[in-house]
Amino acid sequence: MKPFAYARPGSVAEAVRDVTAEPNAVFLAGGTNLVDHLKLGVARPELVVDVRTLTSREVSDLPDGGIRVGASVTNSELAADRRVRERYPVLAQALLSGATGQLRNVATTGGNPLQRTRCVYFQDVTTACNKREPGSGCSAVGGYTRYHAVLGVPAALPDATAPETCTATHPSDMAVALAALDAQVQVLGPAGARTVPFVDLHRLPGDDPSRDTVLEHGELITAIDLPPLPAGVRSAYRKVRDRASYAFALVSVAAVVAVEDGQVADVRIALGGVAHKPWRATRAEQALSGRPATVDSYRAAVAAELAGAQPQPGIDGGNGFKIPLLTRALVATLRDLTPEA
Amino acid sequence: MSNSSTSGVGSVGAQPVPARPSTMDAEISLRVDGEVRRLTVDTRTTLLDLLRERLGNTSPKKGCDHGQCGACTVLLDGERALTCLALAVAYDGAEITTADGLAPEGELHPVQQAFLDRDAFQCGYCTPGQICSAVGVLDEVGRGWPSHVTEDLTADVSVDTALTHDEVAERMSGNLCRCAAYVNIVPAVQQAGGVQA
Ligand SMILES: Cc1cc2nc3c(=O)[nH]c(=O)nc-3n(C[C@H](O)[C@H](O)[C@H](O)COP(=O)(O)OP(=O)(O)OC[C@H]3O[C@@H](n4cnc5c(N)ncnc54)[C@H](O)[C@@H]3O)c2cc1C
Ligand code: FES
Ligand code: FES
Repeated sequence: MKPFAYARPGSVAEAVRDVTAEPNAVFLAGGTNLVDHLKLGVARPELVVDVRTLTSREVSDLPDGGIRVGASVTNSELAADRRVRERYPVLAQALLSGATGQLRNVATTGGNPLQRTRCVYFQDVTTACNKREPGSGCSAVGGYTRYHAVLGVPAALPDATAPETCTATHPSDMAVALAALDAQVQVLGPAGARTVPFVDLHRLPGDDPSRDTVLEHGELITAIDLPPLPAGVRSAYRKVRDRASYAFALVSVAAVVAVEDGQVADVRIALGGVAHKPWRATRAEQALSGRPATVDSYRAAVAAELAGAQPQPGIDGGNGFKIPLLTRALVATLRDLTPEA
Repeated sequence: MSNSSTSGVGSVGAQPVPARPSTMDAEISLRVDGEVRRLTVDTRTTLLDLLRERLGNTSPKKGCDHGQCGACTVLLDGERALTCLALAVAYDGAEITTADGLAPEGELHPVQQAFLDRDAFQCGYCTPGQICSAVGVLDEVGRGWPSHVTEDLTADVSVDTALTHDEVAERMSGNLCRCAAYVNIVPAVQQAGGVQA
C-alpha cells in the first residue's frame, strides 16, 4: 500500500477544505470499499480525510413527511429503522440484501452509493481499464462480462482500445432503491451546499468512464433525503444473484407502485446490475402509467425498456441472460406488489 | 512527503490538522479485551494487523484480507465488524473485543460453550470469527433488527422469529467455513440464543 497521510478534522467544513486543497485526497467513511482499494492499489491517495465521525448519524423527520438520513448512518441502522421498514420497504430490503452483517454495521449512507464497480478488471491493476487508468482501454471487451452492463452502453462500442469504452455496472443495492424513491442528495462542497437528485448523481461513462458521479473533487455527501410517498403506494426490492446470500446482484429491481381502480396510478422503477449507474426505467414507467395493472402490461413495459439493450459477448458466455432474467424479475416484482390486479 | 508542518496526524479526534500533515504515523489508544493499549501506528495499518502483529492477539484470523470471509471479525464498539477493512488510525479510542476476550480468563462465553457442545468446527480457523459474529447476531436480534429473510419487515423481531435455521444461516452468511461446519454452526448459534435446535 502506498503511504498516505490521515486526517480527522474538527468539522465537515474543514474536511471539505482539506480535501479540496489536496488534488489527490479522498474522504473515508466506513472504509469497506476504500480500504480494499488502498490494498489493491486501485486507490492511491496522498491524503485520507476521515468523515465517519463528522457527518450526522441521525435519521430525522422532515417537515414534508419524508426523512433525512445522515451520511454516517450505517446500512444496518437504516435497514432497522422503523420508518424505513414501514414506509420505504424497498430501501430496507435493498440494504438487507447487500453485503453481510459485519459490513452493513460499518458501511455508511454516504459511502454505499459511492462504492465503485466490482468489475474484475477495474480491481486488477495489471489489466487495462479506462475507469481506473483513463485511456488504457477496456479489458472487459471479450472478457468476463457476467456482471457487466446491457443498458446505457454507447452504440459504437464495444471497442477494447477506445478511451470511452466501459461496460462496468454500479454494484450498490441501496442506490437502486434510492433511485426509485426519488431521493435527494445533500452535498457540501468548496462552493457551498447544493442538492442533487439521486437519479442525477451517477453518470453514464460518456467520454470519461473514470468519473462515476457528478460530484466534484471536495464535494461531500452530508445526508440523503427521502421524500414522502403518496398514500396507497407499495414498494419492494428483488435481487437475483448467483447464490442465496452474500453476493452482488446479477440483476435487481426496485419498484414503487400504486394501483387505483385496476389502473397503474403511480409507478417508479429502477434497475440494478445492468448499467454504469442505477438505471431508472423511465420507458417502462411511461408504458405503464395509466395502463391496466396486469401481467400483460408489465411484460410490455419491460419490453419497452429493454428494446435498446445491448448484451455483451464474453468468454464466460456473455451477459445476454440478463434480458430474460430482468424481464422475469421485473414482472414478478410488479405482480407481487399488485396482487389485486 | 515534503511538508514543513510538525502537527500530529489524527491523534486525537477534535484537533484540526493541516491538509498535508508531515507524518504517516499516528499515535492511537485502544481498549482491547479490557486492556488499554497506546501505540504509534503507520496510517496504513489495519486493525487486523495491529491486533495480530503488534499486540500478539492471533484470535482474529486473516483469511482473505478483503472483507470476504469473516475470519477477522471482532466486536468493535460493541458491534461485529471486519478488522481487515478497518484502518487502525480511524478507530482511535475504540473498544475492541476479540474471541480471546469474550469471557474472563479460564471461562467460556455461552457462544463458545455452544460451539463446543455442538461440535461446530473442524480445523477451527474460521471459529473465532464465527463466534464473534454469533455474539453480534444475538445482540442484533435482541435489538429487533430484521434480516434479508425476515418475512414481515413491519413485525417485531424477537428470538422466537429471528433464530430459525434460515434466519441464522442468513445472518451468519458473512462467515465462510472452508471445512463446511455450517450444519453444526447453525444449531450452536440457536443454542446460545436459547432456542432449542
Ligand atoms: C465482500 C463484500 C461484499 C459486498 N456485497 C455488497 C452487496 O451485495 N451489495 C452492496 O450494495 N454492496 C456490497 N458491498 C459493498 C459495501 O456495501 C460498500 O463497501 C459500502 O457500502 C461502502 O460504504 P463505506 O461507508 O464503507 O464507504 P468507504 O469505503 O468509506 O467509501 C467509499 C467511497 O465513497 C467515498 N465517500 C465515502 N463517504 C463519502 C461522503 N460522505 N461524501 C463523499 N464521498 C464519500 C470514499 O472516498 C470512497 O471513494 C460489499 C462489500 C464487500 C467487501
Ligand atoms: S480476513 Fe477480513 S473478511 Fe477475510
Ligand atoms: S472449521 Fe475449518 S474453516 Fe471453519
